[in-house]
Amino acid sequence: MRLISDFGKFVGWLPEIFSRPENLTMYYKETIRQMYDIGIGSLSIVMIISGFIGAVTAIQFSYQLEGTMIPPYYIGYIVRDMMIIEMAVTLTSIVLAGKIGSTMAAEIGGMRQKEHIDAMEIMGVNTSAYLVMPKLIASVVIIPVLVTIACIVGIGGGYLAAVTIAGFTSSEFTRGLRSFFIPYNVVIMYVKAVTFAFIITSVACFQGYFVTGGSVELGQASTRAVVFGSILILIADLIIALILMS
Amino acid sequence: MIRAENIVKSFGTQEVLKDISFTFEKSKTNLIIGKSGAGKTVLLKILVGLLQPTKGSVWFDDINLNKIDKNQLRELRMKIGMLFQGNALFDSMTVEENIRFPMDMFTTKTAKEKQQQVDYCLERVSLQGSNKKYPSEISGGMQKRVGIARAIVLNPKYLFCDEPNSGLDPKTAITIDELISTITKDNEMTTIINTHDMNSVMEIGEKICLLHQGKLAWEGTKDEVLESEDELLLDFIFASPFLQRLRSKALSQ
Ligand SMILES: Nc1ncnc2c1ncn2[C@@H]1O[C@H](COP(=O)(O)OP(=O)(O)OP(=O)(O)O)[C@@H](O)[C@H]1O
Ligand SMILES: [Mg+2]
Repeated sequence: MRLISDFGKFVGWLPEIFSRPENLTMYYKETIRQMYDIGIGSLSIVMIISGFIGAVTAIQFSYQLEGTMIPPYYIGYIVRDMMIIEMAVTLTSIVLAGKIGSTMAAEIGGMRQKEHIDAMEIMGVNTSAYLVMPKLIASVVIIPVLVTIACIVGIGGGYLAAVTIAGFTSSEFTRGLRSFFIPYNVVIMYVKAVTFAFIITSVACFQGYFVTGGSVELGQASTRAVVFGSILILIADLIIALILMS
Repeated sequence: MIRAENIVKSFGTQEVLKDISFTFEKSKTNLIIGKSGAGKTVLLKILVGLLQPTKGSVWFDDINLNKIDKNQLRELRMKIGMLFQGNALFDSMTVEENIRFPMDMFTTKTAKEKQQQVDYCLERVSLQGSNKKYPSEISGGMQKRVGIARAIVLNPKYLFCDEPNSGLDPKTAITIDELISTITKDNEMTTIINTHDMNSVMEIGEKICLLHQGKLAWEGTKDEVLESEDELLLDFIFASPFLQRLRSKALSQ
């Protein structure tokens, strides 16, 4: 029940976010700040995770390859497509839902509780727009960049694991990497990245913006931002797969 | 001019404000007084539209606050300055950035003009030189004064102050009262102050409304306060035994 009414509130809230900025410079500055926070702040964790995932993918595939007729060079192809189609974008987004989703919910929720939002409203600021639009723009721009990096690092991790641990040769891996490449998969990756970025940010900002009560409720809102964000990402992942890959 | 018409506000079953009506004139310092929990903050938030009244309406000159759309509301609010009871300073910004924020958002002033205006406002609240400090690095009373500086930075037409001098020493409190009173005259503002400070009442109260248990119990000027025989008002104003003794002494003379 709560979910349905929240969803209605969310949809009703969206036009507020996309209304005309009072002052472009202020929005621009805030967007740049957010880009920096999201991008630089999450770069290392995204790289670490995708590197490991690439490596694990390679090792698992080499395990499954044993004793089969599948040519060894398929390793590069499998790692690449796993990364592009699913791993880089979904894992990165889930991690970011945890990292930036909770931060955003806490930041905006804190402003709500400390009456900062009321104070801005009294000045005549459209707080829905000022507090959310820059975050949305920043994440829709920066998260695809992070996903791209995750993809490259993941394939790199796969390469290292394949060559050093799993006993493939470098040329086998690169040959696979160059085989069966479908550019459309990259399009799917970016469609997912942008969609997930929107989900992470809007869900987190919604949870923060409408928080009531005190620090306990703020903690709960922050948790909800992460949980709902992650679940919605997976649902969207499924829907995009159904639409774009069938 | 700000007018309230039959304002009722309930939270669940608790009726906090019961049928309140008043008119506050331009260029006057209007006070809302009342015990803690009387509903002053709720009333002020209804006046600026942060809370919706359960019944009744609020008028800013000929604009009905409860009938206008969001854009008109924002336009009106650019002419409003407000000091919150808890200051509501942006704690990740310095004092200067706080005061500059409304100018950054709504004006096309140059950096130099903004700087001058910030310094001027800080001077008016006697906080010269605190520009670069963060709200967490200054005292509660100083935060309050920064809040006032931020509220007046755009020369508002309407000024709302929720307990501007709670937490200030008597001397500073009087300075702040005088400041508010002066700019009210200078800028022809309509000013509404929530307070339970008796000094303010007697110094700057051109119109005083006493809230008691959600009702408007008394209204009048500071001079009328002295002559009033109203039980509730006297009970509120001469709350301390010391003041009661002073009053009976004065009356017996
Ligand atoms: N959001 C709310 N939900 C429920 N009740 C509220 C809410 N806000 C205020 N109240 C109730 O309204 C009453 C008046 O509160 P208000 O804050 O207006 O008092 P006040 O006159 O400003 O007191 P003080 O001088 O201590 O600031 C209180 O009884 C309070 O419990
Ligand atoms: Mg109050």
